[in-house]
This record gives sequence, C-alpha cells and structure tokens, in this order.
Amino acid sequence: MLEQFDALLLARIQFAFTVSFHFFFPAFTIGLASFLMVVEGLWLKTGRALYLDLFKYWVKIFAIVFAMGVVSGIVMSYQFGTNWSVFSDLAGPVVGPLMAYEVLTAFFLEAGFLGVMLFGMEKVGKKLHFAATCMVALGTFVSAFWILSVNSWMHTPVGFEMGANGQFLPGPSWWDIVFNPSFPYRLVHTVLAAYLTTAFVVGGVGAWHLLKDRTNLHARKMFSMAMWMAALVTPLQIFAGDMHGLNTLEHQPQKVMAMEGHFESHPDGAPLILFGIPDSEEKTIRYAIEIPKASSLILKHDLDAPMDGLDTIPDDEEPPIGMVFWSFRIMVAIGFAMLGIGVWSLVARSRKRLYDWPVLHRAAVLMAPSGFIAVLARWITTEVGRQPYVVYGLMRTADAASPLDTPAVATSLLAFIVVYFAVFGVGVRYILKLMGKAPHAGEYGAKRGDTGPIRTAGITPGPTQNPGHEEPLPGEKEDA
Amino acid sequence: MMDLTVIWALIIVFAIFAYVVMDGFDLGIGILFPTFAVGRERDRAMNSIAPVWDGNETWLVLGGGGLFAAFPLAYAIVLPATYPLIIGMLLGLVFRGVAFEYRWRDPAHRRFWDSAFTGGSFLAALTQGMILGALLQGIDISGRSYSGSWFDWLTPYTLLCGIGVVAGYALLGSTWLIWKLEGEGQAHARRLAKLSGIATIALMGAVSLYNIFLNAEYAERWLTTPEVYVAAPVPILTAIIAFSMIRAIRRDGNSKPFWLSIALFFLGMAGLGVTMWPYVVPPGLTIWDAAAPERSQIFMLVGVAITMPLIIGYTAWAYWVFRGKVSDEGYH
Repeated sequence: MLEQFDALLLARIQFAFTVSFHFFFPAFTIGLASFLMVVEGLWLKTGRALYLDLFKYWVKIFAIVFAMGVVSGIVMSYQFGTNWSVFSDLAGPVVGPLMAYEVLTAFFLEAGFLGVMLFGMEKVGKKLHFAATCMVALGTFVSAFWILSVNSWMHTPVGFEMGANGQFLPGPSWWDIVFNPSFPYRLVHTVLAAYLTTAFVVGGVGAWHLLKDRTNLHARKMFSMAMWMAALVTPLQIFAGDMHGLNTLEHQPQKVMAMEGHFESHPDGAPLILFGIPDSEEKTIRYAIEIPKASSLILKHDLDAPMDGLDTIPDDEEPPIGMVFWSFRIMVAIGFAMLGIGVWSLVARSRKRLYDWPVLHRAAVLMAPSGFIAVLARWITTEVGRQPYVVYGLMRTADAASPLDTPAVATSLLAFIVVYFAVFGVGVRYILKLMGKAPHAGEYGAKRGDTGPIRTAGITPGPTQNPGHEEPLPGEKEDA
Repeated sequence: MMDLTVIWALIIVFAIFAYVVMDGFDLGIGILFPTFAVGRERDRAMNSIAPVWDGNETWLVLGGGGLFAAFPLAYAIVLPATYPLIIGMLLGLVFRGVAFEYRWRDPAHRRFWDSAFTGGSFLAALTQGMILGALLQGIDISGRSYSGSWFDWLTPYTLLCGIGVVAGYALLGSTWLIWKLEGEGQAHARRLAKLSGIATIALMGAVSLYNIFLNAEYAERWLTTPEVYVAAPVPILTAIIAFSMIRAIRRDGNSKPFWLSIALFFLGMAGLGVTMWPYVVPPGLTIWDAAAPERSQIFMLVGVAITMPLIIGYTAWAYWVFRGKVSDEGYH
C-alpha cells in the first residue's frame, strides 16, 4: 500500500487538492462580482439605499473570498512548473500563451480595480466606483474564459503540430486552439454554475434571516433575487449540461461510458442506470436500478440506438469508473434539487408566500452550499474522466510529472493540507460570521481602521425595525 | 540581435522588476510590521498598501506565467530545481495575503494575524532571494529536465542572496512609509530606512563580489577589457545612487527616498543582467534554447502591446486615487 504513494500519485493528490480548494473561491467570486455589479447598478438607477446596503453587506464577504482566491490561485500558476514540468515544457507553447492572456486581460483588471471597489467610494464618486465594480466583474469572467480554454484544450486538443523535440507547437490558427471543440460548452456550463452557486449562497443567507425576521427588507430582497436566479437559470443550466454531455460523447466517449456506468456495449438501446454500485473488478454495476433504453434516448435521441461500452476500450485507457460514476450522479441530483427550489419559489411567489413559507426558507438554507458540492462533483467528473491522460489521447498523466523525489512531494502535500485547512477554514468561519449578521440599513462596507472615530459611529439598527429608511414596510406584494 | 526572443526576455525582466519593486514594498512593510506600535501605527502602515497589494502581487503571476509561456523549458527546469523554495514562497504569500483581510475581521486574534503577516512576508522575501541565488549559482540539467537533487539550492551564497532581498524589501517598505506617513510613524520609518538602506548596500556589494568568484564566466564580464567598459557604469552609478539615497532618507519627508531606493533596485537588476546574459538558466541554457516557438511569441506580443499600456494606465490611476498621506481613519 505504502509503496503506491510514489511521487506521481502524491503530485496528483496535491494538484487535485489545491485546485479543488482554489476552485471554490472563483466559483463564488465570479457570481458574487456580478451580483455586486447588479445591486450597485440598481442603486444608481433607483436611488434606493437598500441596494447600497446589500452592496456593502456582500462586498465585505467578497473581499475575504477574493483574497483567498488570489493566494490559492498563485499556487496554481506555479504548480504547473513545480510538479508537472514535463507537461509545462511540452505543452507550454500552446497553453502558456492562453494563461499569459489570462494574467494580462483578467488578473490585472480584477486586482487593479479591486482597491477602488473596496475602499474608493468616497474618493472617486458613485459613477467611477460603479465602473470599477464592473471592471472587477468583467475580470472574473475573462479569467474564467481563458483558464477554461486551457482546460478544454487539454480535453479536446486541436490546432497544434508536433515538434521534433516532442513539444506541442501552435498551428497556424490560434482561434482553433482557443475555441477548441469542448470550450464553448464548458464555458457556458461553468459560468452558469458559478452564478447558481452564488445565487444559492445569497438565497440561503436571505432565507436564514427571513426565518429569524420575515419583515427584514434586505433579507427579502436577497432571497427574491436569488430565487429568480434559481427559477430561471437552473433550467438553462440543465440544458447546457446536457449539451456539454453530448459534446463529451462525441470527443471523449469513454468518459461518458464511465458516467453512465456502461461496462458493456448495448447494440439495441442502452439503459439509463439511475443508481447502482460500480464494480470495476467484475466489470458490472451491482444492484442497478435502470430505465431500459433511456440512455440511448437521451444521448442519441433514439430508443434503439446502439451504444458502445467500456468493453470496447483497452483497460489501460479507461478512467477510474467509480469516481466518475458517483460524482456525476451527485452533480445531477443537486441540479434537479436546485430546479425543485426554483419551481417551489415560483409557486410561493404566485401564492404571495415567498417571504412567508418557513419550510421553503429552511430548504433554501439547506441548499446554500449545494452549488459548491455540485461544482466540485462536476470538476471530478470531467477531470477524472479524462484520465489516464493529461492531454487527452496524447499525453499520459504518468508521463507529465516533474522529476521530484517522493519525500519532497510528500512534505509539500502535507504542508498544503495543513495550511489550507487552517487558513481557509478560518476564512470560511469569518465569512459565516459576517453572513450570520442580519443585513440592515446603514451597512458599512469593506472599510477598515477601527482606531478612528468613524467605525464606532457605525451603530447597527435592529433588524426588526426599519430605521433611517425612506421606504415604508411594504406588503407581501413587494417584488413578487 | 533584437529578435522576438530578446524582446520576450526584456518583457519578463520588466515584469519581474515591476513585481520586485511593487510587491517589494508591501513585503517590506510586512517584514518591518512588528517594529510598529500596535494600534494606530500598524493600522496606518497596513492601510497604506491595502488598496494596491493585490495588483502588485499580480506581477508575480505575470513573471511566472510569462516565463511559462515565453520560456517554457526554463520554467520546467527552474521550478523543480527550487521546489522547496517555491512551495515556501507560495505558502508565505498565502499567510501574507489573507492577513490583510483577517486582521480586521477578528480583533481577538489580530496579533496572531499580524505575526502571520510578518512571517509570510519574511518567508516570501527570503525564498525569492534564494531562488535568485540558486539560479545564479547554476542549475544542473540533463536533456530537457532538472537533474540535481532537491537540496542543491541550499548554499551560503543562496542564503546571502535571500537575506539581501529581505533587507532590500525592508528598504523599499520603509521608504514607502516615509512617503505615506507623518509624525512619529514617519520618524520611525526613517530610522528603519537608514538601517535597511545600509544593510542593502552592504549585501549588494557582498553578493556582487561573491558572483565574481562563483563562476569564471561571470568574472570575465566584470574584470576583463573590453567587457568591463560595458559593466563598469553599473557599480559607479550604484555608488552615486546609494549615497544620495542615504542623504534623502535623512532629510526628505516625501517620495524621494522611495524613488532612489527603486533606482538602486534597478541598478541591481541591471548588474544581474550583465552577469547572466544571455543565459536564462546558467550555466547551460540560453534564452534561445528555452524560447517558445515564434507563433507563441507573436500571439502573446500582440496581447502585451494592447494590454500593457492599459494595465499601466489603470494601475497608475488606482495609485493616484489613494495618493497622499494616510489619514487616521484609513481608507473609508
């Protein structure tokens, strides 16, 4: 057992660990930056202080998440070289420039305007401040664009030529490389996932405070906005996921076989396996609950379409089936749970009970972290499903690692695990603490320096009243 | 000689210089943080960099990402060769980065996060200096990969370089604070700047001397004619700048000491350039050996040509927004 923990396996665990941790933060900041942009825009448009309060409430949380995303992201940008130097050397001419574009067009944009967004409201005025917020939101999106292009190219490599020294060299068209076949689907699916992740966090926080005080206007607004997202974006996301699946079937059939649990080929219609326990030794799904021919219907739009199984793939080119099979089911289950909440919120809205249905609010609180789990499950499905390759079909993961001694990687992995759990664990606690405070009129933003007189003046009015607010407490019709 | 590879080498050097100077003063403030009084002094020091540290750190990503893109072979050799240093730097930057937010969120543990801020900054500065040292002392290569062991980077020379960078960042941080603070805080920064300035100059001299004995090729650059005519202006200018900087630290209450310490760093980088050229990984790998193909270079150059003026523009604007002395309340 122990000798299996060689440098390669440790390096894979380290990459999976650091990238999974890192991905939580941008999955949240991509959505949250857009949410902040929308509420600030609504504040400028309507002049309602409520929107400014929401901005200030969430911008504090954004600052912490963003800092965690930055520091864990720098780790990623160096880890290609530290642990996957053969990949870096050979694929660098193709993927390196895309990452350089990410730095130039996204990271600088986010970081350059973040200071103004967090601390500059009184220095630059409302309009320029809003522009800064827009730039930060744009930066988060552009960052997703480039890094997903790189990731997609590793799944569907095209547009390259093989160099005499073994390097992947760019072909005549960068367009082909950037817009490789899986990229548009992956981009849409991932960005929508980020929006939904944020929507469920915002909705969960709103619901939490509605459970304590259903008259809290700020909590109502958060909850209402989030539930619109859940109701409208979840169906789009399920559709986008389906399209992405069909694209994967075309380019990475064995990943889909693993997702579906199809060990055997089905010449006349493959069943949709809802649940079961994959047994890679026996090459079968135990206790399978399946719908006959439904998989052929979904994937080929024909009940009797033949579908190949993993029996057509040599064993050393198969991904680990169990992980892909399970993570795919977790992702799909969460997707439909999200849809359920979205539909429920529409029902509540039509019955004018959106702010007055504690069971819905409890469900929304429960679903608050669901986006993160779904995003992680999706990540595992697609990345483990690419194995044993790092560049699909062309470069094996086992051939891509750095020439490092096992103790070096073991030590760094241990250090990452300890530091990440400690540092980001504390960060999550601070975020939960901020989320636990009820949103109220007269929120203060990300300003700091509590030695001065200004912070002490920032008294927090009780959430049950609506002090200093220009609006009366509206009835149940509000925003429904 | 001015081919695309040379242009890319200059772009990477520019990114590294921008990083060293800009995150240098952030890290320097972190290193010096414990010497500032708890409360107002520390808050002001931290607030003087809170709006800009993130942008400053991005230059490190450009340096690393740019190296990956433009010189993938160098990236693939240097990072495994300095593995523990890189990991140490990254973890140091984790603690430093989150401390900016965490210290305000948890007054009960503020002292802990202040220590994390200092420890992380110190570790990042030390490891960056040692990575530079490891590169200068030479890296063993066989075929297309690193062939040494995982502790080759640990020598007295690399430690000297590490301490040199710590002192240099402390100098940048303290001269930045002379600019941004007033009163007792500024007086304190002035004392720190004097100490770290003298230490930086001494360590720069020590590393320069060591370089001559490190490698016969380096010695040739600095000690034989006609090469010495190209190289000689660097130490002469360095001496002049060092002298005016120490004077300015004593007398000037504004930005002059900071700009002169940047000039000192610029000359240090120029000296390293003279020493290393044309190698990206001494002793064997030149920039042309490691360069990405022309198509990659051109594609990225278009991006740099379009975005770099914009980046410099909005970065300068962000600095302009937060110009002037830091006031009591911090940035509100």
